[in-house]
Amino acid sequence: MAELHGESPLAARAETLAGSSVPGAVQLSEVAFTAQITLRVDPKSPAAERIGTAVGTMLPNQPGQVARTEQLQILWMGPDEWLLVGPEGSAGRIQATLAEALGEDHGSVVDVSGNRTIVEVTGPRSRELLAKGCALDLHRRSFTSDQCAQTLLARAGVVVLCRDADEPSFWILVRASFARYLADWLADAAAEYRDRTRQAASVRTLANGSDR
Amino acid sequence: MMLIPCPWCGPRNETEFHYGGQADVPYPAEPQELSDVEWARFLFYRANPKGLFSERWNHQAGCRRWFTVRRDTTTNEIFQDDSHEAVTR
Repeated sequence: MAELHGESPLAARAETLAGSSVPGAVQLSEVAFTAQITLRVDPKSPAAERIGTAVGTMLPNQPGQVARTEQLQILWMGPDEWLLVGPEGSAGRIQATLAEALGEDHGSVVDVSGNRTIVEVTGPRSRELLAKGCALDLHRRSFTSDQCAQTLLARAGVVVLCRDADEPSFWILVRASFARYLADWLADAAAEYRDRTRQAASVRTLANGSDR
Repeated sequence: MMLIPCPWCGPRNETEFHYGGQADVPYPAEPQELSDVEWARFLFYRANPKGLFSERWNHQAGCRRWFTVRRDTTTNEIFQDDSHEAVTR
């Protein structure tokens, strides 16, 4: 029997993403196979408090707020809904922790790791790149570190997560079926930075040539 | 393009939302008592005012929650509940 192996939704676009990355402007890559768990529970219930204790941080209660622990990022998805993102292979463990803390109370814990993949966008031009297809104000005064938003990026539904506002780093959580489209769109949107770098390089070569 | 204030996510573009029609249409208390005409009236008859209109919206591409806004159908100005000052337009 063939060995079981997983292929991430953007495995076929790894080269596209790497090829569109421009050092000093913007870098694109996939963060594949993260563990993602959707949690729904009444935020005012004792169960929510027990879950907070179990994962090591209170569930964020402000729209777009993200809480972090050593392993987990907990994204606010709705007034009674959170998305927990953890490292590869930790889905079962997170799910067990949450289910145990929830106990018999009303709520749900669902493994949605296969639902979305993550595109990481870093570099000083990342905001400019994302702004080409996103209506939100991504400036760091209004969209800071550890904030997330569910919105449309290039008409595809995504969750945008700001990992670091000072050295811009974003995670774009996108449905597996939209991932290749979005990767292509991002690669296209990043093309101008590559061209600009090339132009600058050729201008330098020309200038050096005329000096001689 | 309208800017619609989601009570959770704040003002977002109209394209993120799904329209849900007239707000506060009560479900009949005794639906089995209704005649066909009354039932059709409940199902299909909606107000279509020129001016202020209470309507349901769903923030489909965002937090996926339903909420009610009052909108002026002539100017597309949106009012927060019970206020006469437009929130967005």
